[in-house]
Amino acid sequence: MANYSTNEFRSGLKVMLDNDPCSILENEFVKPGKGQAFNRVKLRNLKTGRVLDKTFKSGESLEGADVIEMDMQYLYSDGDFWCFMEPDTFEQHQATESAVADALIWLSEQDICVVTLYNGSPLSVTPPNHVELEIVETDPGLRGDTAQGGSKPARLATGAVVKVPLFLDQGDMVKVDTRTGEYQGRVK
Amino acid sequence: MSDWQPGASIKALRRRAQLMSLIRNFFTHQSVMEVDVPLLSKSGVTDINIDSICATLSGSLAYLQTSPEYFMKRLLASGSGDIYYLGKAFRDGEIGNKHNPEFTLLEWYRCGWDEHQLMFELADLVSQLMDRDGASDLKVTKISYEDCFHDKFGLNPHQASLSDLQDLAAATGSLSWAGETRANCLDLMFSLKVEPQLPEGLVFVYDYPACQAALAAITTTEQGYKVSRRFEGFLNGVEIANGYFELRDPVEQRRRFDLDNTARQATGKPVSNIDTKLLDAMHSGLPACAGVALGLDRLLMSDLELKSIDQVIPFSWLRC
Repeated sequence: MANYSTNEFRSGLKVMLDNDPCSILENEFVKPGKGQAFNRVKLRNLKTGRVLDKTFKSGESLEGADVIEMDMQYLYSDGDFWCFMEPDTFEQHQATESAVADALIWLSEQDICVVTLYNGSPLSVTPPNHVELEIVETDPGLRGDTAQGGSKPARLATGAVVKVPLFLDQGDMVKVDTRTGEYQGRVK
Repeated sequence: MSDWQPGASIKALRRRAQLMSLIRNFFTHQSVMEVDVPLLSKSGVTDINIDSICATLSGSLAYLQTSPEYFMKRLLASGSGDIYYLGKAFRDGEIGNKHNPEFTLLEWYRCGWDEHQLMFELADLVSQLMDRDGASDLKVTKISYEDCFHDKFGLNPHQASLSDLQDLAAATGSLSWAGETRANCLDLMFSLKVEPQLPEGLVFVYDYPACQAALAAITTTEQGYKVSRRFEGFLNGVEIANGYFELRDPVEQRRRFDLDNTARQATGKPVSNIDTKLLDAMHSGLPACAGVALGLDRLLMSDLELKSIDQVIPFSWLRC
């Protein structure tokens, strides 16, 4: 991989830091009046998700990380691996539990997800921003109660638990934002 | 916003024009003469951390000035009396939210003054510039470099050993600081740990470490160690000014130039042409004086509460 110097650090650039792939979030150029320039850099470790603050001398460089993000379709899981397919080539990739961990509660078969590949293997999976799922368990609906506020927990088909309005019932389909875990609306 | 359009709003540009006009009025009122010294010179700057942008003139190398200082000192040595410059300066490689390679600075010199008198005048100027409704409430604080460093780290920055400073810098920044110079370690810790905690308003930090004297005179404190008579001004935590009680000794000046160039060679940077005309002027006699440079773009950022220098310059380098 190519090396990137501090002045090429851009938000979204993937680099290697302490043997882990990281994504650069912010890069601030700092230079005291008569002093040496340096860069304050915020990075996200793509393996752990942790955000790091690092200080580099201007001109220092980091090796690029072989990280690509690709849309793939979720096919099935055999319990050990989760299988995703590239829609164009039909090539299949096996993701481990740690790679799908955060996405698991939203995943339905056939969903198109963003799979982050590191050295060709799935490192993490981002579910679609919005999913439509069936309520499999909730308190009985209060008929007619559509205007009042108030909410109750509902378990969805994939295992996620979200807060939904009181009038909804088991078997109803709802739309949820996976980034916030918030109920977006009822699907008829 | 498209690339062809300015980064600054027309409102910001109007304020910019107003500030420049207020500055000129201020100095006219104080009988300080404006000088428009050259931007292009046959000599660059030796300072290890400041790089000139080079140009070609009839096939020979020329340098865009990183500051009007050398030319202004030649005028002072020629008997100009108090002078100011309001215009551009250029520094290679400096691009960021607070840096543009071409920027506007105000620099002025007061003959017979020391740096503390100059801080007083700078505070007066800034409070007049920021004052829109006749009731200036700019808070001004003065604190020595030693005190702000000691408050944060419990160390005397002038007397601490190099290895102690390197350990602190490595812990603050990263391991690559473990082999750095005294000046670089101090700068890193000051920028990362002290600057963010400076009080609001205008803060003067004075008596910088002797290893960061640049063009300031060096003096020995009552406790027996050396400090430079250099100060910096911070407005709401952002560095806006750098001033000196000026070094006048041409032999010491020559020694510092040579040291700079040795350090440049050691880090693989091009060696700079030493400005011998400045040295000649100092031999002939620079009057005792204090001088300060103020970054106009940053002053405007603070005044308008904007985060990026691109928002106060008609066209920052990104748009040129």
